[in-house]
Amino acid sequence: MTSAARPAVLRLRGITKRFGALLANDAVDLELARGEVLALLGENGAGKTTLMNILFGHYTADEGTIEVAGPEGGLQPLPPGNPAAALAAGIGMVHQHFTLADNLTAFDNLVLGTEPLWRPWQSLRAARAKLERLMAESGLAVELGARVAGLSVGERQRVEILKALYRDARILILDEPTAVLTPQETERLFETLRRLAAGGLAVVFISHKLNEVLAISDRVTVLRGGKVVASLPTAGTDRAQLAETMVGRAIPPTVREPQSPGAPVLRLQQAEVPAPPGRTPLRAADLELHRHEILGIAGVSGNGQSALSDLVCGLARHESGRVELFGRPLAGATPARMVRAGVGRIPEDRHRDGVVGEMAVWETVMLEDYYRAPFQRFGLLRRAVARRRAEAVIRDYEVKCPGTEAVTKLLSGGNMQKLILGRVLDREPGLILANQPTRGLDVGAVTYVHGQLLAARRRGAGILLISEDLDELLTLSDRVAVLYRGRLSPALPTEQVTIRGLGLMMAGHDPAEGEDAA
Amino acid sequence: MRLEPRAEVPLWLSVTAPVMAVLGALALCAIPLAIAGAPVLEAYGLMLQGALGSRFAVTETLARAAPLILTGLAAAVAFRAKLWNIGAEGQLYLGAAAAVVVGSTAWAASPFVMIPAILLAGAAAGALLLLIPTLLKTRLGVDEVVTTLLLNFVVLLFVSLLVEGPLQDPMSMGWPQSEPIVEEAALPRLVPRGRVHLGLVIALVAAALVWLLMARTRWGFEMRAVGANPAAARFAGMSTGAVMLRVALVSGGLAGIAGVGEVAGVRGYLTTDLSPGYGYAGIVVAMLAQLNPLAVVGAALFVATVFVGADSMSRALGVSSYIAQLIVATSLLTMLLATLWLRYRVHWR
Repeated sequence: MTSAARPAVLRLRGITKRFGALLANDAVDLELARGEVLALLGENGAGKTTLMNILFGHYTADEGTIEVAGPEGGLQPLPPGNPAAALAAGIGMVHQHFTLADNLTAFDNLVLGTEPLWRPWQSLRAARAKLERLMAESGLAVELGARVAGLSVGERQRVEILKALYRDARILILDEPTAVLTPQETERLFETLRRLAAGGLAVVFISHKLNEVLAISDRVTVLRGGKVVASLPTAGTDRAQLAETMVGRAIPPTVREPQSPGAPVLRLQQAEVPAPPGRTPLRAADLELHRHEILGIAGVSGNGQSALSDLVCGLARHESGRVELFGRPLAGATPARMVRAGVGRIPEDRHRDGVVGEMAVWETVMLEDYYRAPFQRFGLLRRAVARRRAEAVIRDYEVKCPGTEAVTKLLSGGNMQKLILGRVLDREPGLILANQPTRGLDVGAVTYVHGQLLAARRRGAGILLISEDLDELLTLSDRVAVLYRGRLSPALPTEQVTIRGLGLMMAGHDPAEGEDAA
Repeated sequence: MRLEPRAEVPLWLSVTAPVMAVLGALALCAIPLAIAGAPVLEAYGLMLQGALGSRFAVTETLARAAPLILTGLAAAVAFRAKLWNIGAEGQLYLGAAAAVVVGSTAWAASPFVMIPAILLAGAAAGALLLLIPTLLKTRLGVDEVVTTLLLNFVVLLFVSLLVEGPLQDPMSMGWPQSEPIVEEAALPRLVPRGRVHLGLVIALVAAALVWLLMARTRWGFEMRAVGANPAAARFAGMSTGAVMLRVALVSGGLAGIAGVGEVAGVRGYLTTDLSPGYGYAGIVVAMLAQLNPLAVVGAALFVATVFVGADSMSRALGVSSYIAQLIVATSLLTMLLATLWLRYRVHWR
């Protein structure tokens, strides 16, 4: 499968790993050639991260062998369960969550753990020279003297990659590297990767985003349920085929049929919402959302999404400006009042805000309504009524769980989200706040959530959709606005925006000005 | 050794675990007993006999269990909502003091007025006392473990001031003790010549009511939600501050009633040695019961049995009566291990 011209630098044979009853990796074979970008594609829980953790020595495989090429080529077995050996063999890993010390400079982070602590001056000068050379070769520009705390996410990622290169990595593993990047930063990362691959670096790119896999990789290996289900050249495949291979069945495309917007359900005029220290407030926001409409809010996380979301959830109040809910001015909002007023809220962090993990499924279903009829009478909970409601939600919203008595925290992410969705949509709210509604869900659950949101729009709900997933925003939204440093841009009809234009606005540029500064 | 979370706990296991914990504690405590030179089996036999071997022994054990049930419930309710009330001892004493203030003069002729009045006064005193650290916690974020614990000593000094000052019995010949509770307010004994009194019935009713509150009412639902995940509770529309205050009222009130029982059912007057640490022992009782209000009754009976039995055994064999504390403390540790066993499957390899 590997092009014969290029020598293999890494070969995994029959890697099997069990966690109790769970077979995380099932006889996985994988081969990587010099200068190749291999995409490892799969849903959550398909075994991608386990496989890479085995390769890097964080886990030991139950069965199977790993062979890595030395500096002069020639595959040699890698001792299992030894990260130091993996590093020495030239394997570098960039984790999804960066492992940098915020209070140190980029330079200190780069040499930390590599350079000996004695004879500092001489080796540091040599280190600086080596880094300058690497930066020139790879195009990874980093301000070496800057503190990591002051760097953007994209810059931090460049520091991480540079750290791997500095340690003479010949194999670079990137775990979901684009999850935190703007489209422009992603594009820039891809350019860097192409350049590094041309220089002979072998790259493993872990992702579940099909577009990116198609854009960057030479070859795709698809994992499903711990098994390799396909390994094929990227040039010969397409989005639909990859999606079907990854999920194991055909995924119907989500279609947003045209609807004419109705009466306004939410209106913000110069609304200012404060935020706790260190978080971005919402500054002078104007917004109008109607029935039968989905308004998408794009933006890199931490640009005021929490403040906007908290306002609609009733957790925060605006301190100036005007907010109208269903045509009436909003004052003294609390979460309970917002629910009673007909606002459905799908929180960003479902484990923290959406459910009480220790409670049973039937208790979770009535969590927002427990104090109202029909769930209580004379202060006593009406448990039979609640259980019947929970049964209905489980049935109507396709929640897979052992039953109403199941402990909520044991549900999978997708089923927990369906449960929350059922709890919210069952009340037929006129305004729905959906904050990152599909984060961390697999393709099947994502499709389901999208379908339900579109159905609510058809029923007449206005939906405020906050998401970092641009594909999701463009698929579902009628109009899109961008949040940047607490400022909300005017909403544009989705037909008039492109991923590229959104990306520029997310980085703080006016799309009309072009992208020189990006 | 590897731990794997259990998806669900089988019923037989949740029943067996506490029994195993108690047996384990007794086995461990055989070591210091043997070192002290006592024949182990005979010692445990004497303990059992001392606690349950005669009619008098049983009534004595039940009399000890009554305050432990109430302080155990106080801890269970508070801990379920993650309000770490370590101050049941102080709440107990203040409840007892309030009972003396209300019940040391016969302002009403009928016990049907006097007894509810002193119970209410004691509950109110305990509840109000716990409100102080709870408000400090919800408003200012002050750690309630520190404040409730330290308030115990403040209250004890306050009681000391009362019994040597305004409440001192003029007939006490200078002893630091309060005026006695009048006959109309005294809790009636349940059996002749035994010390077990109406307080036991009150404790049992309280256990049933607390169970009903926690498991079946909307206020209990709020308390459980706030305790398990305050962020989700707030998001769902609960006022976590108000819920905490309600928890404090119930918890402090229960501990206050325990004090009323001791002063109006057993001792008859207030002193600074009214409680041999019932407030602290209540924490152990609640933990042994895994915060389940009904299981608190069983746990309190166990702890009372150990205390009464160890007293009589130590007299018979000349072993220090501190063995009781040792057994109760060891049971707490083995119980914590047992809860680990309930939550996780252990794989040895």
